[in-house]
Amino acid sequence: MNDGRTEARAPAKTLFDKVWDAHVVHPATPGTPALLYVDLHLVHEVTSPQAFRMLRERGLRVRRPDRTVATMDHSTPTTPRGGDGQFRVDDPEAAAQIAELEANCRASGIPLHALGDDSQGIVHVIGPELGLTQPGLTVVCGDSHTSTHGAFGALAFGIGTSEVAHVLATQCLLAAKPKSFAVSVEGSLAPGVTAKDLILGLIARIGTGGASGHVLEYRGPAIRALSMEERMTVCNMSIEAGARAGMIAPDDTTFAYLAGRPHAPREGAWDAAVARWRGLASDDGAYVDREERLDAAALEPMITYGTNPGAAIPVRGTLPEPNGSPMLERALEYMGLTPGRPLLGHPIDVVFIGSCTNGRLSDLRQAAGIFAGRKVAGGVRALVVPGSQQVKRQAEAEGLDRVFREAGAEWREPGCSMCIAMNGDRLEPGRYAVSTSNRNFEGRQGPGGRTFLASPLTAAAAAVTGRITDARELMS
Amino acid sequence: MQRFRTLTTRTAALPADNVDTDQIIPARFLKGTTRDGLGERLFADWRFDEAGRPRPGFVLNRPEARGAGALLVGRNFGCGSSREHAVWALRGFGFRAIVGLSFADIFRANALKNGLLPVALEPEFHGRIAPGSEITIDLEAQALTLPDGTRAPFSIEPFARHCLLEGVDELDFILSHEASIAAFERAHSQGG
Repeated sequence: MNDGRTEARAPAKTLFDKVWDAHVVHPATPGTPALLYVDLHLVHEVTSPQAFRMLRERGLRVRRPDRTVATMDHSTPTTPRGGDGQFRVDDPEAAAQIAELEANCRASGIPLHALGDDSQGIVHVIGPELGLTQPGLTVVCGDSHTSTHGAFGALAFGIGTSEVAHVLATQCLLAAKPKSFAVSVEGSLAPGVTAKDLILGLIARIGTGGASGHVLEYRGPAIRALSMEERMTVCNMSIEAGARAGMIAPDDTTFAYLAGRPHAPREGAWDAAVARWRGLASDDGAYVDREERLDAAALEPMITYGTNPGAAIPVRGTLPEPNGSPMLERALEYMGLTPGRPLLGHPIDVVFIGSCTNGRLSDLRQAAGIFAGRKVAGGVRALVVPGSQQVKRQAEAEGLDRVFREAGAEWREPGCSMCIAMNGDRLEPGRYAVSTSNRNFEGRQGPGGRTFLASPLTAAAAAVTGRITDARELMS
Repeated sequence: MQRFRTLTTRTAALPADNVDTDQIIPARFLKGTTRDGLGERLFADWRFDEAGRPRPGFVLNRPEARGAGALLVGRNFGCGSSREHAVWALRGFGFRAIVGLSFADIFRANALKNGLLPVALEPEFHGRIAPGSEITIDLEAQALTLPDGTRAPFSIEPFARHCLLEGVDELDFILSHEASIAAFERAHSQGG
């Protein structure tokens, strides 16, 4: 630690500035971007095979397998295991992709949390739960929802496959520094209003490209009051506002979550790490390029109605008129919805509870609170897909799986599942789903499928009523 | 990487905002392990019906798309997933440039690494490109010549421009910094 005088003279920095500056291997010049060091590279089966091929074609090896961690989640089945305890991967393409990741990890010495392992799960769920994700780190993955890890005060962002190859080979990336965007959330959330509603409310306000070119920092009392799992939900969807990343300064909530996790620092190293992490918070008066304020108390449960995550209204609201917007007209036509009408009471076919946005234990607890003592409505299919094997075990230890099963919902193995519909879990054409995932793009959950994004509470309420429902009516 | 200097081509127009990468290449086509064959799946759900027949109204199925090297799009093109497959699909179909109002960050970075030029124009110029009309893109001069001869400026960051103009591969450039990377690792070997 510097002495007080040195600190007083140092320019005020944001959390983002501090993490960025600490990872610059070679500064930007007028002709070249900065070279940035990557502390943790997460890898999955879908966006990595071509990157490993690029390395092989050039005769390069993986520079830091010890800073690389792999899992399989996107194309893996979530249907129950066979009698032998093994998963069956019926899709030959998915099986080939899974086999290629296994071979690549074996050849490079990269630790792999493989299908069937106790620690397997969605990459953005297992990173935090294993204690791999820590404050102040740079984290990348060939997946846009890498922004999730920013909940710990890490600088975490999604990259394309060429950059996956760059990081595998050099542990570095070339990057121009994004601008900063502070979102202060004042007040506190009302009962029945969740982190998902907060982030959907923000994206509805600033738009799906509203934070392009920026790194978001979420601040204020309503953010400080969130649990780590709730913070992950918020940061997860930063990319849906177009942001490069979303960050929250680490605090006692962060440290309490991390303490004792398998990869977290231990004993003396823990105290030193916490002392270091406490210094990451943005300094008073640090410059930010943009600011936005949100009043948490004014937020309602939110639900999307269109075909991008910014098209959201309060669950009790009415659908907007296109007013000459061909894009909104097209979205409402795709969704089969009538402008000016409420969404409340609209019938639905499928409910999906899971994903890197809302597939953690607290999400399942909230959903179970609605399902308890109720039945999934006739004609509705409800899938509950835990985010990881660990989440699954914890949920089962609490009896949540029984609550879901007794209500008539399907209790699945972990994976991305119907969020991205690569593994056979998909929405049929024209059908409506209320989904706790992050994207309502056309066909995202299956070609022709229609997605309403919402919180686990709203999703569970829709499952038991068969209609879009204000979950607060079902909460005691 | 294939060089990009100038491109004179007809444009195909997809005049929509917020076109996401799930539309450009739907997730069910991401199960391959190579970059090949994705051009045939470009915009699959907009281009083909449930039975796999071309939808006649969709731009890529219209005659003016044949041989078009540039796709004219709206705002925030390529939002959503980080899948580089979206860029491989556009390149596989034959596009060398996307001309729009703005691009999503990850898509833009992916495009630049694959010789697909993301050209962001000011609305006054963008609005003057008729679908099917011919444009010339000059990367060195960072100018796009409209059908009426007007030169519309655009901007590509210097390093990406250099790589495209000279066919330089970014990975080779990063590898040339080996000494700096090793020094950084030695200085930070205690973690974090």
